[in-house]
Amino acid sequence: MYTLVYDGTFEGLLTAVFEIYERKLFHVKLIKGEWRASALFEEVLQIITDENRANRVLRGLRKRLSAACVQRLYIAQMAEMENEENAIVGFIRYAFDADRNIEEDYGNKYVMRISEIIKMVRREKHRMEAFVRFQKLKDETFYAAIEPDFNVLPLLIRHFKDRYADQKWIIYDIKRGYGLYYNLHDTQYISLDFSEVNNPANTITVFSDDESIYQHLWKNYFASVNIISRKNTRLHLRHVPRRYWKHLTEKI
Amino acid sequence: MDAERITEKLNILADAAKYDVSCASSGSKRKNENKGLGNTSNGICHSYTEDGRCVSLLKILLTNHCIFDCAYCVSRKNNDIKRAAFTVQEVVDLTINFYRRNYIEGLFLSSGIFKDADYTMERLVKIAKKLRTEHNFNGYIHLKSIPGASDELMREAGLYADRLSVNLEMPTEAGLKLLAPDKNRQDMISPMSFLKKEIIQRTEEKKLFKNAPMFAPAGQSTQVIIGATPESDQQVLQSANYFYKNFNLKRVYYSGYVPVLIDKRLPALNTAVPMVRENRLYQADWLMRFYGFHVNEIVNQQQPLLDLDIDPKLGWAIRNMQVFPIDVNKADLQLILRVPGIGLLSAQKIISARKFAQLSWEQLKKIGVAINRARYFIICKSNEFERRDLTGNNIKQFILAESKSKYIKNTQTQLNLF
Repeated sequence: MYTLVYDGTFEGLLTAVFEIYERKLFHVKLIKGEWRASALFEEVLQIITDENRANRVLRGLRKRLSAACVQRLYIAQMAEMENEENAIVGFIRYAFDADRNIEEDYGNKYVMRISEIIKMVRREKHRMEAFVRFQKLKDETFYAAIEPDFNVLPLLIRHFKDRYADQKWIIYDIKRGYGLYYNLHDTQYISLDFSEVNNPANTITVFSDDESIYQHLWKNYFASVNIISRKNTRLHLRHVPRRYWKHLTEKI
Repeated sequence: MDAERITEKLNILADAAKYDVSCASSGSKRKNENKGLGNTSNGICHSYTEDGRCVSLLKILLTNHCIFDCAYCVSRKNNDIKRAAFTVQEVVDLTINFYRRNYIEGLFLSSGIFKDADYTMERLVKIAKKLRTEHNFNGYIHLKSIPGASDELMREAGLYADRLSVNLEMPTEAGLKLLAPDKNRQDMISPMSFLKKEIIQRTEEKKLFKNAPMFAPAGQSTQVIIGATPESDQQVLQSANYFYKNFNLKRVYYSGYVPVLIDKRLPALNTAVPMVRENRLYQADWLMRFYGFHVNEIVNQQQPLLDLDIDPKLGWAIRNMQVFPIDVNKADLQLILRVPGIGLLSAQKIISARKFAQLSWEQLKKIGVAINRARYFIICKSNEFERRDLTGNNIKQFILAESKSKYIKNTQTQLNLF
């Protein structure tokens, strides 16, 4: 069993695949992180991300899989789900070793697993499209904080750019410490210093005057549309898991 | 803005609109190509009420003043409640500001009837027009057509709205006569057939001229109230089927009657909302629209009511045991879709995956098939299946026993908490 340590990028993962084939490795396990000489009974290899090697693997994949499928692998990796790179590598190896396109072979465990991962990531992406709640700042920028389970912020760019083309907005992933800023023309990645914002004296002054009115109206609306005789808490929680509540205006 | 007054109006007019069940915000393809606000694509539920229904649109009445006196409606003329009306500008401001904060996908606007149908419809159209033309708004707009409104207004409404709907209210004409003596079926049907013709014609134009304006791109829908009148499920579904076939409706919504008023024609105030029946009707509706079932296979003279214990697909299967077992490694998609426990997505995955290898139970489970139901109706690559001579009734009992034991397990873990 070989343990390959890679840097957590998609290029790094593709480079690892290259090495697996070059060194004819059979049993391998991929982990993300810093290289360290440990594991007494295991061989540990550090993968140094190499653009050329990654590109060769990518070209090979494009020959064997549809563009949409390659995109799915990319998304699965980028979502940074714990320990799932081995399913992706398994999928890629199966794609290279088979004599035909295997992307719909749901009977295969790797193909099935990738399909499950993609389903989870897509659901999280969709939930963020639904649960982002903007607050209007004094300078007319709309600000929202999120804490998704998976790293889906990059997957949200297109949706929010198409939707809010005429307003400046920021969506900030508090958990991962970076955000997206749209300045009416294009989007860029940003990181913010919250030390000032968290000062209670400042929080009130950063929001526009009508912000609290609309928040209040929305909360009222949410309460008014509920039909008490149909109360169904289990169903409610299935749709809006508790971990999202702290950023939902209507649930605060 | 007088925040207090608006809050009060919103409370009254959202409360009165909440019994309208339509919540769809999909099916349109309005793109934000003008650097404006919003787009309409797949439809997003932005929140869920505590009763578990989705909140996708700002669903309000323009007013709850009404000249009609329909027995089932909280806004009926003779009901002693607070009345309110929004101005055109107020609705526009609410929609835009809620949309900008990503609370909603758009607006669902209905109304009580003040003065007459045209007077009311004209105001609804004005709001949609203002949103589209003055605010560059590309979000979703669903307007409730007022029965009896003129063709001219309906045509204008179609130019600004994504979806239009006329509520049938009761599944049959007799039911309507009983509870809404002021309304008549014809007033509901004529705008529907006008819209149907117009939608078809505009779609043809759109094929020829790319710049032809969109006309109600998400089509039309309707809603019927279930359980306020004694119609059978057969009557309800036959009527839905008739409207799907003859008016190209996108959706029929079934709304379990929530007793809110005392009236000797209506179920008593403490009558439970028929939620299970409503759910079974939606399942049956899906079978008709996506699974290739004919309405008579689901309900008919011998079987006028849907079984409340089990879903209608399972109900059909145990009445038609001669069709089974089906070999999932060989059967057509249409037949696989008829197996209880196999949904649209699983059926498609089965068709794709079996090109690679014969599927076994383990793989079917991973694909998402509900084995506990499906196992009585299929064979796959496995020796484990042994076709016992079970009757439909046996199977029903087995499946129910299993789901009941699941229920008992759940309550036990609940109890352990205390």
